Amino acid sequence: MAEIRAEMVANVWKVLVSEGDRVDDGDTLVILESMKMEIPVLAESPGIVTKLHVAEGDVVQEDELIAEIG
Amino acid sequence: MFPSVLIANRGEIARRVIRTARRMGIKAIAVYSDADQSLPYVREADEAVYIGESAPAQSYLDSVLLIDVARKAGAAAVHPGYGFLAESAGFAQAVINAGLTWIGPDPSAIEQMGDKIRARNLMAAAGVPVAPGSAAPVADAEAAVEEASRIGYPVMVKAAAGGGGIGMSAAFDDDALRSAFDTARSRAERFFGSPEILLERYVPHARHVEVQILGLADGRVIALGERDCSVQRRHQKVAEETPSPGVSASLRSRMLSAAVLAGEAVGYRGAGTVECLVDTETGDFMFLEMNTRLQVEHPVTELVTGIDLVQQQFLIAAGEPVTFDASVPVDSSGHALELRVYAEDPKRFLPSPGPITEWSEPSGPGIRVDSGYAAGTTVTLFYDPLLAKLCVHGATRAEALSLARSAVADFRVAGLKTNLPFHAELLDNPEFVSGDYDTGLVSRMRQS
Repeated sequence: MAEIRAEMVANVWKVLVSEGDRVDDGDTLVILESMKMEIPVLAESPGIVTKLHVAEGDVVQEDELIAEIG
Repeated sequence: MFPSVLIANRGEIARRVIRTARRMGIKAIAVYSDADQSLPYVREADEAVYIGESAPAQSYLDSVLLIDVARKAGAAAVHPGYGFLAESAGFAQAVINAGLTWIGPDPSAIEQMGDKIRARNLMAAAGVPVAPGSAAPVADAEAAVEEASRIGYPVMVKAAAGGGGIGMSAAFDDDALRSAFDTARSRAERFFGSPEILLERYVPHARHVEVQILGLADGRVIALGERDCSVQRRHQKVAEETPSPGVSASLRSRMLSAAVLAGEAVGYRGAGTVECLVDTETGDFMFLEMNTRLQVEHPVTELVTGIDLVQQQFLIAAGEPVTFDASVPVDSSGHALELRVYAEDPKRFLPSPGPITEWSEPSGPGIRVDSGYAAGTTVTLFYDPLLAKLCVHGATRAEALSLARSAVADFRVAGLKTNLPFHAELLDNPEFVSGDYDTGLVSRMRQS
């Protein structure tokens, strides 16, 4: 199980996957936005998105859980 | 001179404009959102008006609200700073229609320069060199491929209404171009509200050099020297210096003349910047775009010329003469460098908003800091990551770099990550120190 966490305080601009989706290493899961910059959040290993903790428009804090990939 | 001004901006530039306004006896009226209520500029203004929620659309980008606030506060003029509504011809016109003085060029000049395709065509017609590129918006990815075969790879893909490097990327072949086109288009729509895209020949080894111009109240346009802005990450500037170590006296004279032509072509009034690329292999320069407002890095020009550019903006907007003799070339002395202190990690340059627990600025002869924050304030995710501009002025470039090294070491910020360690690294980088660098410098620093 891999936990994907936010690296900084940010808005969740786009959520590109749903729970149950199969993803590859390097696929973009979510695009965050902070300080006028878009920050893609990538899968770090192949697997299934077992849990998605954010929705578009949410604000995430640094280190907050975004998704779990199993 | 008008008695009062509303500053439709925030952070360091609001503070910068307030300083000159107060010195000139103009009442400075600031505006602030929820996120900014404890920032220094709010305290330093003669009056500060709360304008709404932190998201820019609910505050600093709401032109109807800003004009209403300006009227109610009794402001006689509006200074837009940079970013937000500074290059909105619609806002400029609305300010004028409300009977207030707009501190900037005529809305028609903003409009003509705001569309990069129109600006390119206009500059070419005025005799200003432009890179091979689009004379009309590129309709779709396939049209882009066709256009690229005419221009020749590599090409740069840009939003016609864009700025700040957003959505911009270079493509070296058809496949990369198709993908760059789609990315540029979606960002152009999202950030600039216009999907129009242009292509331009990409110059792999180039310096980004810009010329400061002033359009005077009597109609003359003058140039106040250049700034080298080649230290960039993600096509955004990180450090600027003047004079440019890569520009010879003859190139400087040609660039300054071209910048004056550019300003004259649109009847420019006030402070503006003509941005160019200098091909380091051929020594040619090409018009990139014109910024119809005060530039972030204006302090380096102020340091070497001794001219307060914001004061000239006020005087020109009031129809008065500038503070120096504009009929002879302006004297420039020494070398100035600006380092942009960003709230971002110094390795990958990712944003790092958060609370500032410690803030201690360097000071002393030859050091100027334009900052927007202080200890106890918080950097939020709503606005750009610029915390401060650390500027130095020395008799020579070597002296300026040496001053900058100690100033960076003396600048203490805690509570969030900043790029100060990057600046320390830059100031010791052999390529930067030699002066012989181009816009690829920062990515080379991060590859090794």
